Amino acid sequence: MNCIIIDDEKMARVILKTLCNEIESLHLIDEFSSAIQAMKFLNETKVDLIFLDIHMPDFNGLDFIKSLKEPPKIILTTSDPKFAINAFEYDFIVDYLLKPIELPRFNRAIKKAEKKEIVLASSSKKISKGDDIENDFYVNIDRRLIKIDLPSIYLIEAKGDYIKIKTEGKDYTVHSTLKKIEEKLPDSLFLKIHRSYIINIRKIIDIEDNSVLIKKDVIPISRSKRPELMKRLDLL
Amino acid sequence: MEQPNLKYIDQLARGNQSIKAELIDVIKTEFPNEKEAYFKSLTSKEFKKIEANVHRLKHKISILGLEISYKKANEFEHNLRELSLKGQKDFENILISITNYIETI
Repeated sequence: MNCIIIDDEKMARVILKTLCNEIESLHLIDEFSSAIQAMKFLNETKVDLIFLDIHMPDFNGLDFIKSLKEPPKIILTTSDPKFAINAFEYDFIVDYLLKPIELPRFNRAIKKAEKKEIVLASSSKKISKGDDIENDFYVNIDRRLIKIDLPSIYLIEAKGDYIKIKTEGKDYTVHSTLKKIEEKLPDSLFLKIHRSYIINIRKIIDIEDNSVLIKKDVIPISRSKRPELMKRLDLL
Repeated sequence: MEQPNLKYIDQLARGNQSIKAELIDVIKTEFPNEKEAYFKSLTSKEFKKIEANVHRLKHKISILGLEISYKKANEFEHNLRELSLKGQKDFENILISITNYIETI
């Protein structure tokens, strides 16, 4: 397997390089101190396996995973398992190795990688549309992936470079855009009714002229979005 | 207080002296820079940066076999996330211990 290492820490890269040299079937073709450098490389070179550090400044491992169009197998490396566990929503994540990595555990991860068949071709795993709705998705907040139960979301509001996701239990502020999150949401539940708001149409309490009452929030409806909203409601 | 050691590095190098030398060399080069970055971020009170620097140093702490110190560093990192400097003194004592140790290897 052709592999690369992505880790901002030289010590970690040297350790992984040493471990890779112990495995005959592994061919280390390059190493990178930043995910951005690796992305450029991956645009031109195909690899079978990436050893990826999750905790990196600026563009961390989880951001990198999301940016991959045709992800190879990935083994995460981390000092903190809680950063790794949520990444297992992606089929191409084979394993995670806790630093400092020891050879027997490294061997096991490689065996898993050799056996692993990747089912998904892309990391942009969309929540299925129509009736077959997945119940949750993950948002990246302060380098942690937090699971949010989809049906519990009642409102998503644009706030500059951030979006505020309001759920039954808690509000979350996420660095993203309404456009990006809209692509991930099932049409059957959510509708963008204004350039700054997406609502869960099942949570609407009432509609009055150009606004909807959803929980305690009164949200404006764009004139252009009103016909679509009315069409989606189950009117008597 | 527990003492830093080269058990992990010896285990990894499996008798290969050039690998061992390379690993020690990286620690000796990287650790002072990371320590400096930590103190710099501390002066500017940028908690995110302090946390990132502690996270990096944590790896060196674990490589040098300091299990109890690693837990302390972990707690300090967690406190920094809550914008608290609780555990700073303990963490800096660990840095002193490593600084003294790497001068001997």
